[in-house]
Formats: sequence, structure tokens, C-alpha cells
Amino acid sequence: MTGRQKPAPNSGRGGRYVLRVAGLGYLALLLLAPLSLVFWRTFEHGLGPAWGAVSNPAARHAILITLVITAIAVPANTVFGVVCAIVVVRHRFRGKGIVNALVDLPLALSPVVVGLAFLLLYGQSGWFGSWLTEHGIQVVFALPGMVLVTIFVSLPFVVREVVPVLREIGTEQEQAASTLGASSWQTFRRITLPAIRWAVTYGVVLTTARALGEFGAVSVISGRIVGKTETMTLHVQERYQAFDYVGAYASAVVLALLALTTLVVLNVVRREEPRGDRAEPGHEAVR
Amino acid sequence: MVEAAAARPASPARPGAALAQGFVTAYLSVIVLLPLAAVVWRAGDGGRRRLWEAISNDQALAALKLTLAASVAVAVINAVMGTVIAWILVRDRFRGQSVVNAVIDLPFALPTVVAGLTLLALYGPNGPVGVNVAYTRTAILLALLFVTLPFVIRAVQPVLLELDREMEEAAASLGAGSLTILRRIVLPNLVPAILSGVALAFARAIGEFGAVVLISGNLPFRTEVASVYIFGRIESGDPQAAAAISTVLLAISLAVLFGIGGLRRWATRYERA
Repeated sequence: MTGRQKPAPNSGRGGRYVLRVAGLGYLALLLLAPLSLVFWRTFEHGLGPAWGAVSNPAARHAILITLVITAIAVPANTVFGVVCAIVVVRHRFRGKGIVNALVDLPLALSPVVVGLAFLLLYGQSGWFGSWLTEHGIQVVFALPGMVLVTIFVSLPFVVREVVPVLREIGTEQEQAASTLGASSWQTFRRITLPAIRWAVTYGVVLTTARALGEFGAVSVISGRIVGKTETMTLHVQERYQAFDYVGAYASAVVLALLALTTLVVLNVVRREEPRGDRAEPGHEAVR
Repeated sequence: MVEAAAARPASPARPGAALAQGFVTAYLSVIVLLPLAAVVWRAGDGGRRRLWEAISNDQALAALKLTLAASVAVAVINAVMGTVIAWILVRDRFRGQSVVNAVIDLPFALPTVVAGLTLLALYGPNGPVGVNVAYTRTAILLALLFVTLPFVIRAVQPVLLELDREMEEAAASLGAGSLTILRRIVLPNLVPAILSGVALAFARAIGEFGAVVLISGNLPFRTEVASVYIFGRIESGDPQAAAAISTVLLAISLAVLFGIGGLRRWATRYERA
């Protein structure tokens, strides 16, 4: 999305520099300086303490839990995202508005509310609480609850990336394949799927980043039991509140590196995109 | 943009279609609808009086007022700075422009608690520049500005890109100065996009938790935002109050999204004539 235009010939040079300084200064003060400082603080005393901070058992367990949750949530939302996009764009049924609203809802809800919602359903005094206790299944303050909330918060991304692309490519190729005798599955696998692969990739990257970064909802639902139900984000908070700043910064740096990798991948995918008008994250038309 | 050829409706007799629709319905019901219903239901469980008490007690009101005020402030700042940054990314040319463009998405990729931590490192008690805004309302503003940064920018950028330069050039040839062109030609075209971005930024800001929780100190009546208050109610074993405030937040989000959506449709009514 770095389409650039020649600066208007009569735009005051002074004005242009003022805008540039204001914009870049804002970004530097808000984004770049704080992030750079954390990197600096982490490695200030060398690699040793930083490495120690992320290789102790609690930190390693937090990394493991985070990866397990992400490894479940992302594929689930990817499958759902593709199917839902196809259903919304290609099928005709009543209630499409509701489907759209439900898919968008996770973007408008506070994560703490999400955690509360699942607590009210699967907690001990929740709607399914007694049924779960009878069967000895533990959802809240355990991994299943954390997975569920992570699925909730990272749900919309694949859908929202694929829907516009599906709309744009139209059904001609799919119809052609159908008239040549392809089954629904064949059409899907050989026509539709390849056409949406960059949108799906983009959505998967966004979903993964969101899943890795989830904090508020897992904070509520997990009980934050150190060494058992802590994710990396929770671990950062726990270390900070224990005054272990190097520990907190080091874990934050791991997460930040993952975030930066996400940015790089997003940019690579953007360049591979044959069409430049795919929806940007945040560039969602308000319905 | 002309819609692609009307989607061929799946014949209901095709088993694949029914299965797909069933899957989508089930998934959305279990993951989204049911949990949400539980919150709204729990808010009202216990009668109207308890609901009203939960919403109108002093601490809850303080948290809500602070959240709304901060989110409005952040929305306004974003409207201005977001447009400025979108402008320099589209209409200007400087070294490192594509890197800057990539960095805009950082708040989407970075975990909120890490965002709060980075701000705390620089602008908190141990910061190197001697600025300490920890436990203040300024800290809340900073945190919210961080997480809402991309919304207005990404909404305005594509519109700026597609903007027809002819209007501006015509105005220039008629003697208009840059400021006039900006004010009377460019900005009016950007307003719908800015409004979209502002709505999204606002909805995001009122619910923000992770970025705020470390840096604000969460002092009741001073720096406690709604999401932190809800968290406190949950931890204190008062889920009904938590659900009540959650429902208020949800209602505000939806109202803003629908309101701005309507405003956008009104602002672009001539384009659809």
C-alpha cells in the first residue's frame, strides 16, 4: 500500500516539511522510541541475563502454552474463515446480516468481556458448569477455556480477508469448471482455493498475530496460574509485577520479534498480491 | 466498484451447501452467540434494580466517564494525526517511506501488554528522559493512541490514493492556494474515510485492557478504565456487575459503529444517486 503520488507542484515546501516532521515525529515518539528502548534494556547487561529470562521453566512453559493455543486456534479459524467466506459470498440464505455482524463482533468487544462471557458459560456456576463438573471436564482456569477465548478474538480475520477477494473474482471460472463436469469439491480445490490463497495467507498471519498477543480474555479465563496456565503475554505481566524487569522485557522482546516477523510476512504477501485493493486490516468499511 | 456477477445461489439440494451453512451456523453460535448471550442475560439476572445499581454506582460511573472521555480524545487526535500520516505516506516522498508504511501495522501485530510495557519503559518511573506519566490519565491516552494508531491511517490511505488530482489542479489553476485546496477539495473527500477510522478507533479504545493495565496503575476514580473495572468485578466474585458494565460497553460500541455507518452513508449519498 505504498502507492505514492508526485507531490503537488504548488504545495508549499514548508508545509510539506511540517507535515513530514509532525507525522514522523509522532510515530517515533509513540511507536519506535518505546520499542527500541525495550530492546535496549533487554540486552543492556548482555545476552546472558536475557537468555536466562526466557529459558527458565516458567517462561518455557508459557511459550509452550502459547504455541499450543495458537496451533489449535489458527487452523480452526482458517477452516471456518474460508467456509464462512464462501457461504456468505456464494450462497443465498436469510440471516446473512447476522452472520456478518457475529463475525465482526470480536473486533468490537473488550477482551475482558470475552473472558467474562466464557466464564459465565463454562465456569462452575455457569450455564454448563454443573454438566462439566459432573463429567470431570475442566474448561475454565485450564487450557480448553484459553483456546476458546483465543478462537473468539482471532475469528474475523480470515473471513474478512477472503470475502472481498471472492466477491471480486466472481463465479465465472467456477461455473466453467462446473459445466465441464467438476464436482463441488474439485472446483473448490482447484479453482477457488488457489484464487484466494494470498487472502487466506494474509488472514492466517493476522489471526496468528492476534492469537499470540491475546491478553485480556486469557487473563480472565486462565486464572493465571504460573507454570500451568500462563501464556507469554500473561508471563510478561507477571514478571513485571514481580519487579523482574529484565524478565518482563525479555519476554516482551520475544513477542515483539514475533510481531516484527508478522509485519515482514504481511509486507511480502502484500507485494505478491495480484490485486492491490484487498482490504487492509483496519480498512474495514463500516457497515 | 461494480459487483462481480451475481453469486450463483447454491441449490438447497446440494448436500455440500447445507453442510457448509450448518458448520458456519454451529461454529458462530457456539463461539460467538452463546457467550455473548450469557453476558447480556447475566446483566439482567437479578432484576432491574440490581442492574441499575451495578451501572450507576460511583466507581462504575467514574470508570465509564473516564473511558468515554479518553476514547473521544484519542479519536479526535487520531483523526488529525492519522490523516497527516496518511498524507505523508501517499503524497510525499522520502527515504524509508515503505518501512514507515510497514511499521504502521505494528499495533495490530504487537500484543497489547507489550505495547503498554514499551510505553512504560520510556515514559514511566525508570525512563531515560525523566518523563514519568505512570499512574496518570496521560498514560491512558498514550496507551490508547498506540493501539488505535493504524485505524484512521489505513482508512484514509486508499481514498487518498484514488483521489482524482484533476479537481485539485483545476482549483490551483483558478488561483486557489494549497491551504484552500486542502480545506475545500481534499478534506471533504476524506471525511467518510476519516469517520470510518475514527469509529473503529473509538470502539477499540473503549474496550482496551492490556495496554492500559500496566501503565495506568488502575486507581479507582482516577485512572481506572471500564475494562479494568470489569476485571476487578470479576475477580471480586461479582459477575453480575461485570456483565452489566460489559453490556453498557457493548451497547456503546454498537451505537457508535451503526451511528458512524449512518453518517458515512449520509456523507456519500450523492455518490450513490
